[in-house]
Amino acid sequence: MDINDIIKPENKVYSKSPLLTDNIMHYCPGCTHGVVHKILAEVIGEMGIQDKTIGISPVGCAVLAYNYIDIDWEQAAHGRAPALATAAKRLNPDKYVFTYQGDGDLASIGTAEIIHACNRGENIVVIFINNAIYGMTGGQMAPTTLLGQVTATTPYGRKAELNGFPLKITELVAQLEGTCFVTRQSAQNPAAVRKAKKAVRKAFENSMMNKGTSFVEFVGTCNSGWKMTPVKANQWMEENMFPFYPLGDIKDR
Amino acid sequence: MAEKILMKGNEAIAYGAIRYGCDGYFGYPITPQSEVMETLMAEKPWETTGMVVLQAESETSSINMLYGGACTGKKVMTSSSSPGISLMCEGMSYLAGAELPCLIVNVMRGGPGLGTIQPSQSDYFQCVKGGGHGDYKMIVLAPASAQDMYDFVDKAFELAFKYRTPAMILSDGVIGQMMEKVELRPIKPRRTAEEIDAQCEWACTGRKSGRKKHMITSLALEAPVQEAANIRLQEKYKEIEEKEALFATYRTEDAEYLLVAFGSMSRLSESVVDLARENGIKMGLLRPITLFPYPKQALESLIPQLKSIASVELNSGQMVEDIRLIVNGRVPVYHFGRMGGMIPSPEEIYEAFVKTINR
Amino acid sequence: MKEEIIIAGFGGQGVLSMGKILAYSGIMQDQEVTWMPSYGPEMRGGTANVTVILSDKKISSPILSKYDTAIILNQQSMDKFEDLVKPGGLLIYDPNGITKHPQRKDINVCSISAADESALMGNTKAFNMIVLGAFLKKKPIVTLENVVKGLKKSIPPRHHHLIPMNEQAIRVGMEKLKDINVL
Repeated sequence: MDINDIIKPENKVYSKSPLLTDNIMHYCPGCTHGVVHKILAEVIGEMGIQDKTIGISPVGCAVLAYNYIDIDWEQAAHGRAPALATAAKRLNPDKYVFTYQGDGDLASIGTAEIIHACNRGENIVVIFINNAIYGMTGGQMAPTTLLGQVTATTPYGRKAELNGFPLKITELVAQLEGTCFVTRQSAQNPAAVRKAKKAVRKAFENSMMNKGTSFVEFVGTCNSGWKMTPVKANQWMEENMFPFYPLGDIKDR
Repeated sequence: MAEKILMKGNEAIAYGAIRYGCDGYFGYPITPQSEVMETLMAEKPWETTGMVVLQAESETSSINMLYGGACTGKKVMTSSSSPGISLMCEGMSYLAGAELPCLIVNVMRGGPGLGTIQPSQSDYFQCVKGGGHGDYKMIVLAPASAQDMYDFVDKAFELAFKYRTPAMILSDGVIGQMMEKVELRPIKPRRTAEEIDAQCEWACTGRKSGRKKHMITSLALEAPVQEAANIRLQEKYKEIEEKEALFATYRTEDAEYLLVAFGSMSRLSESVVDLARENGIKMGLLRPITLFPYPKQALESLIPQLKSIASVELNSGQMVEDIRLIVNGRVPVYHFGRMGGMIPSPEEIYEAFVKTINR
Repeated sequence: MKEEIIIAGFGGQGVLSMGKILAYSGIMQDQEVTWMPSYGPEMRGGTANVTVILSDKKISSPILSKYDTAIILNQQSMDKFEDLVKPGGLLIYDPNGITKHPQRKDINVCSISAADESALMGNTKAFNMIVLGAFLKKKPIVTLENVVKGLKKSIPPRHHHLIPMNEQAIRVGMEKLKDINVL
């Protein structure tokens, strides 16, 4: 059997979502962003809403998300994506509007914007990637960095008395009346990806039901920032992140 | 004839927004401009024109809501006063960098810091020179009456969309708080989705099949790409300078002495001109209506007949620097101003002027 | 015609609304008007003042250093504005609460006991309209008819039933105004 037998259409078992562009991703091998992008592209494509979806990309590693998913994108200033999404959705209620934000963007500099957008119950989707570190700027402490975790700005490990505590922003927004669906997911294996995709789809469906804000956290890895192989990073995440950031739905109404 | 209504400059902004087809207002309360959002909330335009009005959690959010809405091709605006404008400067830089049309109203108060709620023009440098980081300008209109506040909402949106750039109405506490009669000129309805698509082919309105995705960003990681963007912006500003400068003159035909003043100070300066003329001094006034683009040609054409120029400003001397750049030493250029929310009387300005000619 | 007026008193006396009604009356007879308040914390319980200009021509400066008329409703305002009336100009004041009466001989001084008269009318809210009546008696720059039209424009429709009371208060002010000879 030669290669031409293998690539026959009837032998095809998987193809990438047509909404994923052919641009080569700048993400590091092993990074969670690529998988979450794939989930988003598949959900938007399967729902057939690419002509009425507006994505808001953050500042951070995902700033270039607009290069990878073939929809209209607004690129926000650091932390402000929920403010952009608020106006985009209120002015265009027939559109699906989502933000895509990392932990520095959403849980540090953009805390006010995310809290108030969620509190107003904006009918948007928030995709929150929590990898407990600043990836783009070179591995500094994030608000979600675990106690003891070594980063470029916590070279001796995060200490509560110096740096405060890791911020469970997802539990925090679940307290707000404006949120309708708050869940914490991961994407480190096929089972997790399948589960997460269902959550993302539910979040997008919610945004046309006038129910309020849907918030999907992904606990993810940053193997470059963590200075680990992808496999080791996944293992470290399961052993250290999951106990502090437990997976599952926190709120669903 | 259209109805004439007594209203504050701030209220005129709100009525201008509703009647000139604004799609969304996002703001945060601050004295002396809070009547803008208060009037909008009382008028409930979402029930009539469909305009969205939202009290944001901060000025930072307000300006970024403008960015979010402007990306979709909508006519969006905010209003604030000096300390709030400082908070918005980050967003204004992004809006300029991403080439997004929008309207920002600054009803200036005295600073620095929390300063005073009383009128000032001390944000001239900040607003006319850009405000935020990076090499950019905004179109800046300086109203001198409540009617201007109303009319300039339309004018600012027109220019903002024509050039895909943020526009500012740079007002102050005098013009914002003063009541005058305002003629409610004919309504311009909000644009339909089709009209927005036609006017803003760049807008993020959902990628229709067959067209490429729209990405609105101010990011260019590679230097040559960023420089190309900078050059494009500068060319746009040059075109704006060539085509859009607005000004008014008062008794300049035979003037030997010229006052230059914008906004509220142009109103006071008219009285100074009258006072000088009563005393046999041939004085005139140039009122820049646009501060960017600055009416360079108008000033240039008056220089040959002048003995001196005085810039009258509610600040320590900001616009006077632009005048000096244009005049380039050909005639003396003075500055008269008060700070901290203090407003000079026309007599006070006149007396200060007389001292300069007796020097 | 050009009339430059300062109205000054305590916040809550209806200083700003009196100025607004006067300005609206001017619009009703097709004049140019400006209404420039002092704004800020002093409005809340402290002193309030408003500069109103009515003119047949376009108004340049809305900020003035001298006034044709000063309408003065508390001592602080008397201290501040008595000296700023143009020679030959008019000063109207309510003696209620005034400890230092006007001293100038080069201006016309009148008093109106608006606080007392409004109490007699059984409606202290009529206070500012009584003062306005006194002013219009001295300087009939707007007609009563246009004042009523201005009232209709400047107060919400749900309060329009109060217009006859306001009209009555203006008449009381016109009647009870007293010329004062400063000795």
